[in-house]
Amino acid sequence: MNVTINGKAEEITEITLAALCKRFLDHPHTIATAVNGQFVSVNDRPEYSLKDGDKVEILSPRQGG
Amino acid sequence: MTNSQFKLYDTSLSSRLIMGTALYPSPQSLIDSVNAGGSEIVTLSLRRETAGDGAANDFWAHIQKLNVNLLPNTAGCKTAKDAITTAQMAREIFGTKWLKLEVIANDDTLQPDLFELVEATKELSSQGFQVFPYTTEDLGAAEKLLEAGAEVLMPWGAPIGTGRGLMNPYALRTMRSYFPDTPLIVDAGIGAPSHAAEAMEMGYDAILLNTAIAKAGDPVAMGKAFKLAVEAGHLAHQALLIEQRDMASPSTPVAGTPFFDLDNLN
Repeated sequence: MNVTINGKAEEITEITLAALCKRFLDHPHTIATAVNGQFVSVNDRPEYSLKDGDKVEILSPRQGG
Repeated sequence: MTNSQFKLYDTSLSSRLIMGTALYPSPQSLIDSVNAGGSEIVTLSLRRETAGDGAANDFWAHIQKLNVNLLPNTAGCKTAKDAITTAQMAREIFGTKWLKLEVIANDDTLQPDLFELVEATKELSSQGFQVFPYTTEDLGAAEKLLEAGAEVLMPWGAPIGTGRGLMNPYALRTMRSYFPDTPLIVDAGIGAPSHAAEAMEMGYDAILLNTAIAKAGDPVAMGKAFKLAVEAGHLAHQALLIEQRDMASPSTPVAGTPFFDLDNLN
């Protein structure tokens, strides 16, 4: 299916958000996720099925003022 | 007594200097500067993760070593909706209810959008967040933020990153007088330790800054300079400053002035 990950269109084979997150880091607690502007908690990721056209945000800690 | 304890929400603190973590020349410089500044709270953000990029994890590892309170921000958000989602993501990662709520109205001035700010504060407070809203000196907005659940307010000194100091000292002084019991933190626009001292002399509870230390020629020395200025300003406020006068008034006693009774020899 086609989704947008952090603003970039991609074709993916992963079904769940948890599976997609494995691409990013080995430690799922150092990222936070949202789909279509809604927060999805780490506990909900394994059950969260992605759909064609979803916009996924995967964020991690960064410097800030 | 140079540094009395105070509370932000339910946390007791000694240091009244809150430091940002961005723009430092190196991670070690950041750590050394925070230690020199004696800060017990640092701000940080969430940004898009890039697959295979370990930079974010390195930063996070350094921050965790500091063992300070974390104040995540919602920098760059332009709507209440985006700020709320970012806040929820930050709470999960950083494990804190604290949130520096920024909702930006304008890219040139980075001034707060007060309408969205109030809306986001109300929703986030209802979700159990302890909100630190980045706001202006507007008293009406400040009252609405308090009604919405904020227990701390953070008015700007000047636009973010400008280093211009307190652009409207009259309004900041008025705000301090109007909300005597609310913790007030000057956030943004501070460029020099004297600016921080000025706000603390007015009775502000703390100062939040980033660029002035991070971009200084020697960030570690500047961290120490701000620590001293914040402490000096706070102590001066507690010691009660004198009233300003229009006319000169001699400090040396007039009584007993020598030659007082002699005419001018010329």
